[in-house]
Amino acid sequence: MELLVAIAIGVLTFSGVYLILRARTFSVALGLTLFSYAVNLFLFSMGRLHTGKPAVLSDATSYTDPVPQALVLTAIVIGFAMTAFVLILSLRAHTELGSDHVDGVEKPKLEPKQRKVKGQSNQSKRKRFGATR
Amino acid sequence: MVLLILVFAPFLAALLPFLAAQRGRTWIALAAAVAPLAGLGLLLSQTSQVLAGEVISVKYAWITQLGLNLSFRLDGLSFLFSLLILGIGLLVILYARYYLSEQERVARFFSSLLLFMGSMLGLVLAGNLLLMLMFWELTSLSSFLLIGFWSQQTAARQGARMALAVTGGGGLALLAGILVIGHVVGSYELTEVLAAGDLLRAHSLYPVALVLVLLGVFTKSAQFPFHFWLPHAMSAPTPVSAYLHSATMVKAGVFLLARLYPLLSGTDWWFYLVTFTGLTTLLIGAVTALFQHDLKGLLAYSTISHLGLITLLFGLDSDFAPVAAIFHIINHATFKASLFMAAGIIDHETGSRDMRRINGLWKYMPHTAVLAMVASSAMAGVPLLNGFLSKEMFFSETLHQHLLGSFSWLLPTMATIAGMFSVAYSLRFIHDVFFNGVPINLPKFPPHEPPRYMKIPVEILVFCCLLVGVLPAWTISSLLAVAAEASLGHALPEYDLAIWHGFNMPLLMSFLALIGGVLIYAQRAPLFRWYEGLPDINARNVFEGSVRFLYGWVSRGLARIENGSLQRYISLLLIAVIVMLTVWLAPLSQVTGEIALTPVDPLTALGLLVMVCSALLTMAFHRQRLTALLMLSVVGLVVAMVFARFSAPDLALTQLVVEVVTILLMLLVAYFLPAQAPRESSSLLHLRDYSIAAGCAILMAVLTFAVLTRPYQSIADFFLANSLTGGGGTNVVNVILVDFRGFDTLGEISVLAITSIATVALLQGLQLPRARVDNQGRAWSTEDYPMMLGVLARLILPLALLVSAFMFLRGHNEPGGGFIAGLITAVALILLQVAYGQRWVQTRMGVQFPVLAAAGVLIAAATGLASLLLGYPFLTSAFAHIDLPLIGEIEVASAMLFDLGVYLTVVGGTLLILSGLGRIGHTVKLPEDA
Repeated sequence: MELLVAIAIGVLTFSGVYLILRARTFSVALGLTLFSYAVNLFLFSMGRLHTGKPAVLSDATSYTDPVPQALVLTAIVIGFAMTAFVLILSLRAHTELGSDHVDGVEKPKLEPKQRKVKGQSNQSKRKRFGATR
Repeated sequence: MVLLILVFAPFLAALLPFLAAQRGRTWIALAAAVAPLAGLGLLLSQTSQVLAGEVISVKYAWITQLGLNLSFRLDGLSFLFSLLILGIGLLVILYARYYLSEQERVARFFSSLLLFMGSMLGLVLAGNLLLMLMFWELTSLSSFLLIGFWSQQTAARQGARMALAVTGGGGLALLAGILVIGHVVGSYELTEVLAAGDLLRAHSLYPVALVLVLLGVFTKSAQFPFHFWLPHAMSAPTPVSAYLHSATMVKAGVFLLARLYPLLSGTDWWFYLVTFTGLTTLLIGAVTALFQHDLKGLLAYSTISHLGLITLLFGLDSDFAPVAAIFHIINHATFKASLFMAAGIIDHETGSRDMRRINGLWKYMPHTAVLAMVASSAMAGVPLLNGFLSKEMFFSETLHQHLLGSFSWLLPTMATIAGMFSVAYSLRFIHDVFFNGVPINLPKFPPHEPPRYMKIPVEILVFCCLLVGVLPAWTISSLLAVAAEASLGHALPEYDLAIWHGFNMPLLMSFLALIGGVLIYAQRAPLFRWYEGLPDINARNVFEGSVRFLYGWVSRGLARIENGSLQRYISLLLIAVIVMLTVWLAPLSQVTGEIALTPVDPLTALGLLVMVCSALLTMAFHRQRLTALLMLSVVGLVVAMVFARFSAPDLALTQLVVEVVTILLMLLVAYFLPAQAPRESSSLLHLRDYSIAAGCAILMAVLTFAVLTRPYQSIADFFLANSLTGGGGTNVVNVILVDFRGFDTLGEISVLAITSIATVALLQGLQLPRARVDNQGRAWSTEDYPMMLGVLARLILPLALLVSAFMFLRGHNEPGGGFIAGLITAVALILLQVAYGQRWVQTRMGVQFPVLAAAGVLIAAATGLASLLLGYPFLTSAFAHIDLPLIGEIEVASAMLFDLGVYLTVVGGTLLILSGLGRIGHTVKLPEDA
């Protein structure tokens, strides 16, 4: 069972990381969600996989580990808050920049444009330096 | 205690000038003078003990692991320096009162001056090398503020930056040197370090330590080849130059030479490095000073030359040379400070510092002229003035060294030549400024004497020059003796501090220097022509050029790494993670641990398979947003089931509800974003991303498996044992959240509340057009609020609220709690919003969502504070069991109130986020309808 869970966490990580590396904000948000599933499961499994054991005090002789559970519970809620923030940020970015690319600029236009901007900024820097002399 | 006050009073008093800022310069100056006056009084009260040779010290442990202690010691040497710092500091404060104009930021100036004074006192009084280094760096920083005081001037900014770069860089070298010394000696305490001189000198690391420490010394004391910063620091206001660049900061370097003399001196390394650096500096400074047209430039190069002289004396291998060096430190401080002040007066009254224009001032300001002439003569080494005494001691010492063998004549010859130039530039200072024709084209004309009180500091200093020069044995000898003894670390040899030693070589050298100096000045015209012909190397241009080169080089390098692509950054980051984890996991000899695997049950395996497949499908369909989202929700649901399967009912409940909210949110956002993503990554890029993802996945899986198959020691037992007795609940997870780790939870709900408010800010003013058709051209339903959903939502609401209340109430003892209950309530309300619109819900709620979220955090925090009021630590919980008729025993715990805070925050925060998103669509819809 441990092996299966480990593999499942691995696959969730795989798809999560791959999506995080995508260029569109929504895909990144999907990836972050998947990745947080993986991390939550990972943290949870640090308390080992217990079957049928209570976390509530009773007459039982052995219990599951409540510490990772408490950690993961807050992690889930915070994860939701962060996902929400990222999503709304991407929405705002899309409206402001007219693109849902993570760099805020559409890729095909990016290459020549960016180089030009860089050259200009270097020149203006040089100018500023000259002025201070 | 006295020492602590002495060092820290100026730091505290640095605020005083600001308090007096509204009341004019006099009050500000008075406020600034409080600390130095008190310090001077304290210091003088220790005179008898210090003169008796006692060492007063205090020591408090600070960071003992590093060997850093808050330890201070007052012996003869530090007494002498403290006296200079405080005494000249007071005079400079008085002087600066009249030098600065009303319009300038006077309070800031005095405050920086006090900061510098405190740093300097800390430096000379520190009894621990690391502590001394801290103050050393503080002097660099505070002098940066002072040099750059006129920050509107480019020259001031560049001068300050150069000074900081050079002295700060030297400070780093010094730090390294001190660390080497500490490594060899085993302590940073000055007493122990100074006693370990033989140990260090015999050690193989001695040359390293010496060179590093000397780098610090030479940069601070403006020794060749690091001397270039000092003339450019002359862009500082003149009181700063008088204080920092004559009496104190540049003396910090030679102070360190005196302080560490017993530790480092007495070797060939020391002799050659220190002596020749000093000699070179002495000559270069003296010669260059003559050719400066700027009054302060002349004084700056003269200071460099005198510092070289002092350094040279420390390098000579005799017990007597440090005495002469320390004597010259005192003398130089007095006459150079007064000369700077005189130069400042001239600048102030004429508006120029160019000696080609300032001529014949004798007519206009005779009083100042006399003072400046006496001080200048002391600089030249004219008999009956203090400069003469120490210079003669210097000449005599150069004659007594024999380490150079047949080249022993070199030092006295060079010393005499330097002496000649010193006389020549002193003469120029007198003749060019006060005689030599009439003023040419001065900005302020005619000049007149400065305010009475501006001259008093100069008068006091010049008087000291005379007094020491005429009566050395009565005035300075006892102080000099204890200072020199403290520096040497043992008793002094016999010496005679007198004006007249009979006809001998040093007297002849002094005489030669005087005659030679006059001759050089008389023949200055061809010399000036020769100097004009030299290639013009402006240190500032060289320095700025190298800064620019470095800057360009770094930004080119950065541009290579930072190309603006976030995808690239994150992939670099992930690669770094993979590499580091692989390196750390590599020693793991086998992945499988000793714990046997639990058997696989087919149903769980199937669940995991569904989860894995949906995750991969999410990935595969990520370009079709809706499909990907549906797949993602399957993953989330199975995750909830996995939690339930492995004995975590609380997690399962939370995951389930959060999943619902998350998917709703994503649907809302996806509605406004492009429905499909274009295919744009190249296959190479895909390969990179696949490999990175695979690397992460393999590491994660291996790590999980390796941990799961190994035994572990959990801290769970503590919580299990104390949950009921200490927290009053049987649901351990919930008790951990609201009680044991309540502070964490408080932080987390704060984050939730802040995030939700941040989303409101992000959505502020956002108006998005609503699509009429979907991406396949089908029209969206025009019906805003479907009736079926409305009826259903109304039905569900009370039920959901009931469940929510149930979950909340039982949360302490059974799975449930504030988080889960809050999320259930939120889901029910969101459903209502979907059915009837955000406005409809909001008007019926009667309470704003931000208020709800804030109230939640406040209630939770107040619960914690209440326990603080009752005398318990923050967030201690109390509980009691009450018997109610009909219902039975009920437990009332303060943790319940805390959980209520959690509940309200979750409801408020979640609704805030979702209703904000619901609103942006409507804002556009309304005008269309109208």
